[in-house]
Amino acid sequence: MLIIKDLHACVEGKEILRGINLTINAGEVHAIMGPNGSGKSTLANVLAGNTNYEVTKGEVSFNGKDLLGMSADVRAKEGLFLSFQYPVEIPGVSMLNFLKTAVNESRKYRQVKELTAGDFLKLMREKKEMVQIDSQLTNRSVNEGFSGGEKKKNEIFQMAMLEPKLAILDETDSGLDIDALRIVANGVNLLKKPENATIVVTHYQRLLDYIVPDFVHVLYKGQIVKSAGKELVLELEEKGYDWIKKELGE
Amino acid sequence: MDNQNTLLNEVSSRDYRFGFVTDIETDFIPKGLSEEVVRIISAKKEEPDFMLEFRLKAYRKWLTMKMPDWAQLKIPEIDYQEIIYYAAPRQQPKYESLDEVDPELLSTFAKLGIPLEEQKMLAGVAVDAVMDSVSVKTTFKENLAELGIIFCSFSEAVKHHPDLVQKYLGMVVPPNDNFFAALNCAVFSDGSFVYIPKGVRCPMELSTYFRINARNTGQFERTLIIADNDSYVSYLEGCTAPMRDENQLHAAVVEIIAMDRAEVKYSTVQNWYPGNKEGVGGIYNFVTKRGLCKGEFSKIYWNQVETGSAITWKYPSCILAGDNSVAEFNSVALTNNYQQADTGTKMIHLGKNTKSTIVSKGISAGHSSNSYRGLVRVAAKAENARNYSQCDSLLLGDHCGAHTFPYIEVGNPNSVVEHEATTSKIGEDQIFYCNQRGISTQDAIGMIVNGYAREVINKLPMEFAVEAQKLLQISLEGSVG
Repeated sequence: MLIIKDLHACVEGKEILRGINLTINAGEVHAIMGPNGSGKSTLANVLAGNTNYEVTKGEVSFNGKDLLGMSADVRAKEGLFLSFQYPVEIPGVSMLNFLKTAVNESRKYRQVKELTAGDFLKLMREKKEMVQIDSQLTNRSVNEGFSGGEKKKNEIFQMAMLEPKLAILDETDSGLDIDALRIVANGVNLLKKPENATIVVTHYQRLLDYIVPDFVHVLYKGQIVKSAGKELVLELEEKGYDWIKKELGE
Repeated sequence: MDNQNTLLNEVSSRDYRFGFVTDIETDFIPKGLSEEVVRIISAKKEEPDFMLEFRLKAYRKWLTMKMPDWAQLKIPEIDYQEIIYYAAPRQQPKYESLDEVDPELLSTFAKLGIPLEEQKMLAGVAVDAVMDSVSVKTTFKENLAELGIIFCSFSEAVKHHPDLVQKYLGMVVPPNDNFFAALNCAVFSDGSFVYIPKGVRCPMELSTYFRINARNTGQFERTLIIADNDSYVSYLEGCTAPMRDENQLHAAVVEIIAMDRAEVKYSTVQNWYPGNKEGVGGIYNFVTKRGLCKGEFSKIYWNQVETGSAITWKYPSCILAGDNSVAEFNSVALTNNYQQADTGTKMIHLGKNTKSTIVSKGISAGHSSNSYRGLVRVAAKAENARNYSQCDSLLLGDHCGAHTFPYIEVGNPNSVVEHEATTSKIGEDQIFYCNQRGISTQDAIGMIVNGYAREVINKLPMEFAVEAQKLLQISLEGSVG
C-alpha cells in the first residue's frame, strides 16, 4: 500500500529525514517509535503533504500512485488520514459543515454520489456512537475550546467519518488520560479492516498496549535504525532509547 | 510562509462573474454638470417644484464644497464634467405583466440570478428592481398596499406621495451634509421609497437590486425608508455591476427614519465591479447611509457585506435621538487585489439609555487596503448611553493592509463605551488541517473566512446569508491557488 524509498526531508534548511525506507501492506499496523527530535512527526507531516517540509530526495508510492506529486488535499482524498498531534482550531466553522464538506469532497473525488443532509447526519450519529464522542462536540466550531482529550477524540471521530485507507496517528496518546486513551484506542481498533493500514507514531509504549502493532520501527536521527515485531515495544520500554544508541555505537 | 504567500498570491485571479453589458437603448443627456443639467433631470422626471428647489439648493451648495480627503484612500481625480448624470432605458416601464417587459432586460436579471417573478413571491420577497435610474418593474405593490405599506420607486413616490417625500427627504442626510451627499441631492435619478404605517409589521423582506449598466453613467440612487410608530420592516439591498474599464462613480444616499418603537433592519450585499487584478477599472462607491432613531425605543440595524467596488467610502450611521433607542452596525468588508475600502460607522447618542453595538470584520487579500473608521459620540444629555465596538481584521498574505481608526467622544459621565480590536492572519496550519481532510485550499480559505465572518452573516436574512457566503468565497477565488 505504502512504499517509502530513501526519503529525505528538510525543515527550514535543516535535514530531518535522512533516508527512510519503509513498506506497509494492507491490514498491517506499524508503530514508529523513537526519542524526541528523531523525525517521527516530520515523517507524518511529509507523508500528509505539509508544505512546511521540503522533500529533498526519495520516492513514496501510495496504492501505486506517486504520493509526493499530489497536493495535501488530493492525498487525503486518495485515502490518507493524519490524526494531528496538535489539532487546529477554526473559529466560526461548525464541525458539521467542516465534516460534511470533507466527506463529500472525498466522495466527489471517488465519483460517488454526495451524501444528502439526512444521510450525512445518520452516518454521523453512527460514528459518534462508535468512537463514543460527546454529541455536543459536533455542534461546536472545529476544535474551538475543546480540551486536549476532546481534540484527540475528535480526530478519531473524523477518521471514522472519512474511512481512510491509511491512517497516521501522530502522538495521539499525548495529553490523554487513561480513559480517553482507551476510548481513542478502541475507536482505532474498531476502524481496523483487512484492506486498511495504520501507522502509530508514538514516544511511549502506553498506546501500544491497546493498539497492538504488527511491526515496530525505531526512528533515530532521521533513519529507521531497528525494525522488529511487537516484542520490541517491551524491550524499548525496559531498556530505554539509550540502548538503541549504544547498539549504534554512540 | 513563502508557500502560503505563493498560494495567496495565486488566489486573486478569478474573473468577475457578473461582467457583461446588456444591449438596451438608453436615453442619455449630454455629459457634464450644470444648473441646466439639474433642471433637465427634474423636468425629465416631471417633478414638482419643491424637488427642483431641493436639487438646485444642493447643487449650489455642492459647488462650494471639496471632495473629502481624510479617508485612508487613494482616489484618482474625478472630472465631474465627464460624467453623464442621467440615463434611462428608452422603453418606458409601464407593464401589466412580465410578458410585456423587454426580454433582453429579463435575461439580464436572469443572468444575475435575480428572480423578479413568481419565485420571489414564493420566497416571500417583493422586488423593486432599479436598472439605470428608472424603476423597471415593481412587484407585489398591491399586496403591500392592502396593509397601507408604500414600497415603490422614488419617482413614483414623488408623484403619488409628494407630502411624505417633502416632509422627510433630507431630514437625516441634508444636502449640505457632505460633498457626495450634496451631489446626490442635486442629480439623483431614482431609488426606492418605503413607508410602513403605524402598527404594521411588514410581512415580507423588501428588496431592491441596483445595477449600473449604461457606459460612463454616474449612478445616484436615493432611498428613503420611514417606519412609523410600532412598525417593523426588513429591507434588503444587493448589487452587481457589469465589467467596465473606466471607473464609474456611484454616490448613493440612504435615509432611514424610525419613529416610536419602530424597528428597521437594513441589509446590504454589495458586489459592484471591483476592477481587474491589476486594479484597472471598478466602481467608486461613495455612499452616505444614515438612520435616525427618532422615536423612543426605536431600533435601526445596519447589516452589510461589502465585497465589491474599486474604492469604497461608506459609513452607515445612526443618530440615536429617541430615549431608549437601539442601533447596531454589523459589517463584513472584504478587499482583494487593488481594492481600497474605508468603511465603518458613526453612532451618535443623543437620547437617554441609548445603546449601540458595532461589529466590524475586515478581510484583506492581495494588495488591497481595508480600513475601519468609526465614531462613537455620546452627547452631554445622553444619560446611561452604552456602546460596544468590536473591530477585527483578517489578513491574507503580506501585501495587504488593514487599519482601524476608532474615534470616541464621550460627553456624559454615566455612559459606558467599550472598544475591542484584533488583527489576525489566516493560519497556514488551518489551511493544512482542512487540506488534510480533503478540502482544497480554495475551499478552505472560503470556509475559514466565512467562519470568521459568521457572527455578522448570521444577522442577515436567511436568503441573503447564503448569497453572502458564496460571495465571500467567490471574491477570494484566485487569491489562493
